[in-house]
Amino acid sequence: MKRYHIFLSLILLILVVLPLFLDNYILGIFVMVFFWAYVGQSWNVLTGYTGHISLGHALYIGVGAYTSTYLAQVFGLSPWFGMFAGGVVAAGIALFLGFLGFRFGLRGVYFVILTIAFAEITRLIVSHVEALGSFSGIFLDFEPSFWNFQFSGNLPYYYISLALMVGSLVAVYIIEQSKLGRFIVAIREDEEAAQALGVNTFKYNMLAIAISAFMTSIAGVFYANYIFYLHPNSMFGMSLSIELILRPIVGGLGTLFGPLIGSFLLTPLSEISRAYFAKGGLEGLHLVLYGIVAILVVLFMPKGIIVYVRRFLDPLMKDKK
Amino acid sequence: MSNLIATDITKRFGGLLAVNKLSFELAEGEILGLIGPNGAGKTTVFNCLSGFLTPEEGSMYLGGNAIKGLQPYQICQMGMARTFQIVKPFPTISVFDNVMVGALAHGTSLQEAKSMSQDIIESVGLRKMRDLEAQGLPLPLRKRLEMARALATRPRVLLLDEVMAGLNPTEVDEMIDLINQINQDGVSVLLIEHVMRGVMALSQRMIVINYGEKIAEGVPAEIVKNPLVIEAYLGKEFLSAQG
Repeated sequence: MKRYHIFLSLILLILVVLPLFLDNYILGIFVMVFFWAYVGQSWNVLTGYTGHISLGHALYIGVGAYTSTYLAQVFGLSPWFGMFAGGVVAAGIALFLGFLGFRFGLRGVYFVILTIAFAEITRLIVSHVEALGSFSGIFLDFEPSFWNFQFSGNLPYYYISLALMVGSLVAVYIIEQSKLGRFIVAIREDEEAAQALGVNTFKYNMLAIAISAFMTSIAGVFYANYIFYLHPNSMFGMSLSIELILRPIVGGLGTLFGPLIGSFLLTPLSEISRAYFAKGGLEGLHLVLYGIVAILVVLFMPKGIIVYVRRFLDPLMKDKK
Repeated sequence: MSNLIATDITKRFGGLLAVNKLSFELAEGEILGLIGPNGAGKTTVFNCLSGFLTPEEGSMYLGGNAIKGLQPYQICQMGMARTFQIVKPFPTISVFDNVMVGALAHGTSLQEAKSMSQDIIESVGLRKMRDLEAQGLPLPLRKRLEMARALATRPRVLLLDEVMAGLNPTEVDEMIDLINQINQDGVSVLLIEHVMRGVMALSQRMIVINYGEKIAEGVPAEIVKNPLVIEAYLGKEFLSAQG
């Protein structure tokens, strides 16, 4: 374990000093790598560890983005505080969804449908509320300052998203070691058996979905203040919900480093191929490439790339006895 | 003193009467065998007792507290644990982590739970398999794991659902020793079993059910001579051929 700690600290150190050597464009790619790793990790808390598949996690991104932006525009509240408001709202919605799903025993595809329905309903509601910009969405005014969570240049975003990613890693590590983590894994493996052993499965399912939603909504606040434009279709839409689950699946579902590994592989691939194909007038082709990679991984590495990374790293990281 | 009392429990599945006014008591420190032909309703009785099903009628008390209508986890926390006939290990986590879940669900600290799980794993003979994934275990060891997890919840009453099915004679003997050991440590056991050698060796008393109804109750020596029991297992023709 000790060598792993040194190895990880080294990587973190490299990531901290890396911006000194990178231009703004490459920094932007790293921002997206960290961002998607963070969102994937947030989703992983629910689906990777409890096994309940959510295909509506865009909902929480949207709720975080809209709540903090609304509070900033109407009340002048800093997104730094707005993210907690957004988190509470997102967790509240997640608890309601969870109550319906877990209390009434909706499992498997029925739970999936429930998560999609919640995201779609919210998308339609937001599309029709004038105060939230309805169909045309909300443009954020660009007034860079720390208070406004807006910055010119990618450097501050780089460190914020890096902090988010590392923070989520630490949070999930703590969860993994705790009672909560052991119980939600038991739920994933066999919910009935967990109940029979005295685990209040309803309570721990609810905790997991609330934590997952809270974390995801913070990503929404970041996203809003990074791209400065909120549209119901892009913030609550199905394509975002699917986009955000690809990295943890490719990296390794229900593992601590899976979402991170998945993001380091897929995000640059998606960003670079997008730019490359767009130059040749083939916009959208990057999604095809992306899809092929996802299919290959699911076919040949169903447990994710992390299995191979560990097979390579574990022998190197073994402590001398 | 009785540890577990069931009075007139009745469970229907639509038009099928799975358990019909079944009453019994499990005394403190007792091993009670529950037998009956296939489909007699034994596992349904277990599901009612452990909270996975709620009987339409009747009452159930564990150590003086009513348990009817409670959730399975609540009943487990009150001191009654069960195993499943079709074993339900947590497949992709280690044997040790499987047992940890049971230990942790009962309010112990992480450190306590770890040492307790280690003790239990050794007492059921899974020490060498401690770090293996549960899905890699052969059936006899999975049955042991099932027992180990249930024991980790520190039950006063243990419901064992066919823990000897599919075991060879040597393994049955080992299981008998293990259950006796658990019983001597102060756990009352309600045992569903088809392996007659096992249930005869272990049970201090037995009850026999058929079509959800109790048809006999008594010490094992009496039960095997009871004409109703023989009829239930072997049919009327067998009796008339004998007589």
